Amino acid sequence: MSDAPSLRTPSQRIAWATTIVVSTLVFIFLIAPILAIMPLSFSSGSYLTYPLPGLSLRWYNDFINSPRWMNSLKNSMVIGVASTTLSMVLGTLAALGLAQWKSRLKPLVLAFVLSPVVVPGVITAVGLYFFFAPIGLTGSYLGLILAHTALATPFVVITVGATLQSFDTNLARAAASLGASPLEAFRRVILPLILPGLASGALFAFATSFDEVVIVLFMAGPEQRTLPREMFSGIRENISPTITAAAVILTTVSVVLLATLEALRRRNERLKGGGG
Amino acid sequence: MTAASLTGADAETKVPLKRRLKQAERARQIKALALVLPLLLFLLFTFAGPIAGMLWRAVDDQEVRQVLPQTIVALANWDGKDLPDEKAYAALANDIQAARAAGTIAIAAKRLNYALNGFRTILTSTARNLKIQPEPGTAKEALGKINPAWRNRTTWTTIRDAGGPVTSFYLLAALDLVRNADGAIVAASPDQAIYREIFARTFLISLGVTALCLILGFPVAYLLAALPPGRSNLLMIFVLLPFWTSLLVRTCAWIVLLQSNGVVNESLHWLGIIDAPLRLIYNRFGVCVAMTHVLLPFMILPLYSSMKAISPAYMRAAASLGAPPLTAFLRIYLPQTLPGIGAGSLLVFILALGYYITPALVGGAADQMISYFIALYTTETANWGLASALGALLLLATVLLALVYGKLVQGQQVTGGMKN
Repeated sequence: MSDAPSLRTPSQRIAWATTIVVSTLVFIFLIAPILAIMPLSFSSGSYLTYPLPGLSLRWYNDFINSPRWMNSLKNSMVIGVASTTLSMVLGTLAALGLAQWKSRLKPLVLAFVLSPVVVPGVITAVGLYFFFAPIGLTGSYLGLILAHTALATPFVVITVGATLQSFDTNLARAAASLGASPLEAFRRVILPLILPGLASGALFAFATSFDEVVIVLFMAGPEQRTLPREMFSGIRENISPTITAAAVILTTVSVVLLATLEALRRRNERLKGGGG
Repeated sequence: MTAASLTGADAETKVPLKRRLKQAERARQIKALALVLPLLLFLLFTFAGPIAGMLWRAVDDQEVRQVLPQTIVALANWDGKDLPDEKAYAALANDIQAARAAGTIAIAAKRLNYALNGFRTILTSTARNLKIQPEPGTAKEALGKINPAWRNRTTWTTIRDAGGPVTSFYLLAALDLVRNADGAIVAASPDQAIYREIFARTFLISLGVTALCLILGFPVAYLLAALPPGRSNLLMIFVLLPFWTSLLVRTCAWIVLLQSNGVVNESLHWLGIIDAPLRLIYNRFGVCVAMTHVLLPFMILPLYSSMKAISPAYMRAAASLGAPPLTAFLRIYLPQTLPGIGAGSLLVFILALGYYITPALVGGAADQMISYFIALYTTETANWGLASALGALLLLATVLLALVYGKLVQGQQVTGGMKN
C-alpha cells in the first residue's frame, strides 16, 4: 500500500502486511453476519440457508400482514419518539446548566447523570420492575417511556455537552449586550449553533430506546411489546425467515440513523473548517 | 492590606462592584443548577430510587414478621439453646390461626422455606391440622403432636432468624454462605452453593471476551490510526455499522450462521470439510463469539483514539537512534497505547459483566451469566430477596470497575492536556 507508514525493512513490511490481513479478517467478522442474514429475508423457501431456492417478498408480506409484528413496530416508534422528546428536553436543559455550573460537586453530579449507561440493564430493569409495579407503571406505555428516557438522556447530555464546550459563550454575551432577552438569545443565537449537536443527541436517544430490550422484557405487557422484544420471543421459539425480515427493517433504521449522524458530523467539520 | 491602602473613593466603588459581580455569579450558578435539577429529580424517580429500592430488598425481611408477629416477639428473649418455652408455642398457635384466617400462611411459608428446605410443608400441615387454639399450657404438646418438627430446635431458630426487620440471609446466600442455628456463618450446603460458580463463570466469560476483543481490536485500531484520514474514515464504517446495528439483529445473525443447519455448517459440509454438523452455538463458544462481535467496537474506538494521539515523531526518533522496528514498537509505541488498552479493556469487561440477552439466546444452560439468574429469580420464581442480593453484588463490581475506569480516563485527559 502506498499510504502505509514508512516501511524500511522487510520485517516491517511483513508486520504491516500482517496487520492488513488480520484487520481484513476482523472487518469480515464484524460485517459478514449482518450482511449474511439480509438475503435470507428475500428467500422464497423457509429454510435459513444458502443457496436460496428463489427470491420472493413473502416474508416481508408476512411481517406486514402480522398484527403482532406491525403492532411491535408501532410500539417501538411511539416509545422511541416519546422518550427521545422527553430526554431531549431534560438532557439539553441539564447540559446547558452543567456547562455554566462551577462546583466541586460537578464531577459527582455528572457521574450520577451518566450512570444509567454503565449500570447493567438487568439491574435497572429489576429495580424499575419492583418500583413501578405498585404504582401501576408496569405494563404501561408511560412506564416504558420513562424508563427509556432515563437510559437515553445520558447520551443527550454527552453530545449536547460536547457541542456546548466548543460553543463560544461570547456570542451569547454579545446577543445580550445588543438587547436580546435570554430567551431570544437562546432561540436566535445559541440554538442554531448547537442544533447539529442536538440532532446527534436525538439520534443517539432514539437508537437507545429503539434497541432496548431488557427493560421491555421485564415491564411491557402484551400490548406494549416492541420490535426487539418480538424478535427476542421469535428467536427463542423458532427462527422463521420473518425474523430476518424484521432484522433487515431494524438494520435499515440503524443505517439511516448512522448515515444522518455521519452527515451531521461532516457538516459540522466543514463549518468549523470554514470558520477557522 | 489592599483595602486599607486604597483611597476612600476607590474602596467605595470597588467593593460594591466586586460584590455585585459576586452576586451576579451566584445568580448564574443558581440558574445553572435550576437547569440541571429537572433531570436530577427525574433520574431520582426513574433510576436511583428504583435501584435503591432493589438494594433495600436485598436486606429487607418483613414477611415472617408480618405473618407471625406474636411468635417473633415471644422468641425475642429466647436464648436459642433449648426449645423455646410454652409461651412461644402458644403465640405460634395463635399466629398460625390468625394467618390461616387471613390467608397469609403461604407468604411466611415461602420465606421460611428458603432458609430451611421443607418448612413450607411444616407450616401448611400445621395450619391445616390446628383446628382450635390448644388449651393454655398444652400448646407445646399439641404442636409437637401435629408435626414433630416443632420439637426440633432448628425449626425455631429458622423462624427467629427470619424475624427481620433486616437480614443478611440473602446477601450471604448470594455468596454461598449461611448462618447456622448458633448464628455462625458457615458454607452453604453443596446443593445450594451455586452462586460463587456463577460469579466465577461470569468473570471468566467477561475476561475471555475482553481478551478476544483486545487481540482482534488492536491490529484494527493500529491500521485505522496509521492510514490517512480518508481511508480510515471509510474503514471506520465497518466498525460503526455493527456498533449501530441492533443487538437482537446481531444475535439473530449469529444463530442463523452457527446453528447446526446454519450457513457455516452447511458451507463446511458442502465443501466436504465436515461430515456431521459442528456444535457451534448454544454453548460457550457461541456465547464468546457473539459477545465479542457485539463488544469489539467498544475496544476498537478507545484504542483508536489513543493511537491517533501518538505522534509518529516518537517512532521516527526511536528509529533514528538505532532501535530496530520491533524494539521501537515494544518500548516506544506500545507503552503509549497502554491507557487506551486499559480504558478499552475495562469498558468491554464492565459491559460484558452485565450481559443478559446474548447469553440467554445463544448460550446453553451452563453458559448463563449472573444477570440471567437475577432475571430468573425476579420474574419466574419471585425470590426477590435473592435476586436483589445478586443484583447488589453485580452492581458493586460494576461500580468499583467504573470508578477505576473514570480515574483512568481522567488521567488520560490530564496527560493529553499536558502534551498539547
